Amino acid sequence: MKVAPLAEMVVGMVGDRAEAQVTVDGTNQGLTRFANSFIHQNVAESGRTVQLKVAVDGKVAAATTTRADEEGLRALVEETIHAAHLRPTDTDWPGLAPPAMAMGASHFDVGTARATPVERATRARDFITAAEGSLAAGYCDTDGGPVAFANSAGQSLETSISRATLDGIHQFGTAAGAGHATAAALSKIEGAPVGAMAVKTARAAADPAELEPAAYEVVLSPECVATMMYFLAFYGWNAKQHDEGQSFVALGESQFDARVTIVDDFLDPLAVGPSFDADGTPKRSLTLVEAGISKALAHDRRTSVKAGTVSTGHAIHGGDLYGPVPTNLHFHPGSQSQEEMIASVDRGLFVSSFNYCRILDPRTQVITGLTRNGTFLIEGGEIAGAVSNLRFTQSIIGALESGKLVGVGSDARLADSEVGPGLVSAPSLHLAEWHFTGGAQG
Amino acid sequence: MEVGTGVFSDRVAPMFAISQSAVEGALAAGAAYADARVVLSKQQSLACLNGNLEALDYDERAGVGVRALIGSSWGFFATPELTEQAALAAGAEAAAIATASAMAPGPALHLTDVPVVEAHYETSHEENPWGVALSEKADLLVGVTETMQGVTGVTLAQASMNFWDTEKFFVSSQGHKISQHLVEAGGDMAATAVGESETQRRSYPQSFGQFESGGYEVIRRFDLPGNAGRVAEEAVALLSADECPGGTTDVILESSQLALQIHESVGHATELDRILGWEAAFAGTSWLDLDQLGTLQFGSPLMNITADATLPGSLATFGFDDEGTPAQCVDLVKEGVWVGVLSGRDSAAIAGLAPGGMVRGDGYNRMPMVRMTNVGLLPGESSFEEIISETRDGIYMATNRSWSIDDKRLNFQFGCEVGWEVKNGRLGRMLRNPTYTGISPQFWASLDMLSSEQVYWGLPNCGKGQPMQIGHTGHPASAGRFRDVRVGVKG
Repeated sequence: MKVAPLAEMVVGMVGDRAEAQVTVDGTNQGLTRFANSFIHQNVAESGRTVQLKVAVDGKVAAATTTRADEEGLRALVEETIHAAHLRPTDTDWPGLAPPAMAMGASHFDVGTARATPVERATRARDFITAAEGSLAAGYCDTDGGPVAFANSAGQSLETSISRATLDGIHQFGTAAGAGHATAAALSKIEGAPVGAMAVKTARAAADPAELEPAAYEVVLSPECVATMMYFLAFYGWNAKQHDEGQSFVALGESQFDARVTIVDDFLDPLAVGPSFDADGTPKRSLTLVEAGISKALAHDRRTSVKAGTVSTGHAIHGGDLYGPVPTNLHFHPGSQSQEEMIASVDRGLFVSSFNYCRILDPRTQVITGLTRNGTFLIEGGEIAGAVSNLRFTQSIIGALESGKLVGVGSDARLADSEVGPGLVSAPSLHLAEWHFTGGAQG
Repeated sequence: MEVGTGVFSDRVAPMFAISQSAVEGALAAGAAYADARVVLSKQQSLACLNGNLEALDYDERAGVGVRALIGSSWGFFATPELTEQAALAAGAEAAAIATASAMAPGPALHLTDVPVVEAHYETSHEENPWGVALSEKADLLVGVTETMQGVTGVTLAQASMNFWDTEKFFVSSQGHKISQHLVEAGGDMAATAVGESETQRRSYPQSFGQFESGGYEVIRRFDLPGNAGRVAEEAVALLSADECPGGTTDVILESSQLALQIHESVGHATELDRILGWEAAFAGTSWLDLDQLGTLQFGSPLMNITADATLPGSLATFGFDDEGTPAQCVDLVKEGVWVGVLSGRDSAAIAGLAPGGMVRGDGYNRMPMVRMTNVGLLPGESSFEEIISETRDGIYMATNRSWSIDDKRLNFQFGCEVGWEVKNGRLGRMLRNPTYTGISPQFWASLDMLSSEQVYWGLPNCGKGQPMQIGHTGHPASAGRFRDVRVGVKG
């Protein structure tokens, strides 16, 4: 059975005994993984996941299953309704999403949804053979298929999505460089240029010098900026975090440099993912920061009802606990190339990637993490050489406030953040200072 | 554990038949070796915020995953369709995926031998979590959050519990036939106080919750109601506590923080797949070099670390790993010397070592990989009170708040929820935002006192691999003192 009729069937099984919403995810994933310059793990899976939420007079229970047969689904429906009856009333239950059309953007490529292991392996091979004498490691994956939503309030949506990513490193001894590409279509990704990107950085990263930890002027790659953006999104632009007093966001206030404009826009041609959220609300384009001023929060139905506003379509699965999160973030690019930004630095660092960043406090947005896969000293506007990885402890909002943001790059692209590919489009940034608090020796 | 033939009930025969079909499908398509697992898993999660039950979730996953070895690569395919016909096709698909890996081939992969057994294992537990009424569970969570909320200054009072029930039916082309039934339980509570410019949080039993192998008796042992008031009061007190000073001093780590220190800086560093470079692009590699196995001084003589999958009640306790290797206890660090690794049949063959039985997959649809079992620090001989009384100047830090470590597992920085100054053998003022940082071997070399009061801490959220897999790991630990550690790192 196709995903949309399956979703409708499960809603029908609940009938008038409860409010019900159902998401059926029919996407299939394949991932080809390489290390030491050969493919060592190659995996794929098929199937469907059915997510059901019911509410009986405000008593809510949710269930997820990989069983898509009628008998299994009927049992799940009965158990979930039974569980809902046994629990206390959810005082914040917002009710179901009303019928509404989703915007027409489609981020789907059928060839990607049906990609073969050979197509993935070909890109892995081309990434690996971008250099001789290196050790290459990484992955190529494809994910795609139909997703459907239905609820007992009459909302019914169906779309198809796809995403492909090639991500990896080349290593020459202890020096490494990374290359990334993500798109809705695998056909837009070629292994050789992504591999060449990694090779170029890895060669430059050879023979790193030790550098004394201190505050340095920095140029950060789009990948670093993407990681910063995700912390701002998960802990800041999340209306649940804001309602709980844990967000830094002060709406209407100038909290960033005037060159910072950040939107969440599913309609962007680069975006990946479905056109509606986990509540079944169509996604809306949302300006989060405009010219440095905090303008909006991401809402799901639960937070929007509490705040007396409307959902922006940013519910995620599991969001009852974590709140709504924007997943199509775009940091508006500037006019400078990365090379021009580096040329304007008298003494500072160029950082290719961040690694293992964790938040110390959500209000202040202080994170700690390390540099990885290429950190370079800039002297007199030129790359003077590689330096060893450094640890930093830094407030993200502090780094982007007025007077601290020196330049915004023109090179915005879908950049892998630490939390995964396809979530953030970001440019390089030139910042007046970034606090490095430890070197290779601690 | 029951071992031998005739231990399986009629109910499980169809599951084994499905696994067997998957293996046969892979062999017929050219696999040199194949194994398959039918996995039937269910999870129940409850979460409460400020007296309101925010989430009551049930998750069930059922399917078969088959692994086929051809040349230098594993091919893996998973399907939720539990029929022998679908399993046969899944096996063939796994072999086809492995064959595609020849586009970028490497040295042929081999497996070390392990005993071929037919066996059944079941987690010992007293009280089936699924038999406890939802209302009882909900009442407990609502009650403790209301208690925490009753303390003036607490903004957020959270509590949660999780239960897992997993059945596995493993068959290999070498003749393994193993079923296992694993039961796990755990939970936590936390109070958050929101100040003018920052938040402070205290949690119990630890910041990610405490998880163990066992039934609902695990939750009852925690005594959440008896600790709710204290946790809330400490969260509020932190807002006005003095900031942890910067500098170098002696650090005493509470056992759950030391458990995470072990996880990040010893457990991951000793994973053989990382050492061999298999995780280089994502999780990273390791600072350890196999040439130094048996001679490298990892830490002080007080440092004795084992990976023991047989510890009763610990979270990563099982009968067999997902390659059919029996659970066992392996020395990783002995009297400060690095002596062992976490391994599976393929990685052990490359390193010329015995397989450690440490390969597990996250559900039917993830390929098994090297995972920590119960990687823990053997207890010392001191009491906690003795450690405090023998410390002239230091900071006692408890309960993790943040963690970060580099891709070689060398350079780390941890933040804890709370610290207390230690002066002249006594605990003193409370300190907020305590952090410490260091380099693994230097840090572990500074361990000079270790408590005898060991706790089997369990973590349910260890991420590794691509696609991402979440692993359950155990970490026996007791409080320990480390000398001359850099603390109070600020940006």
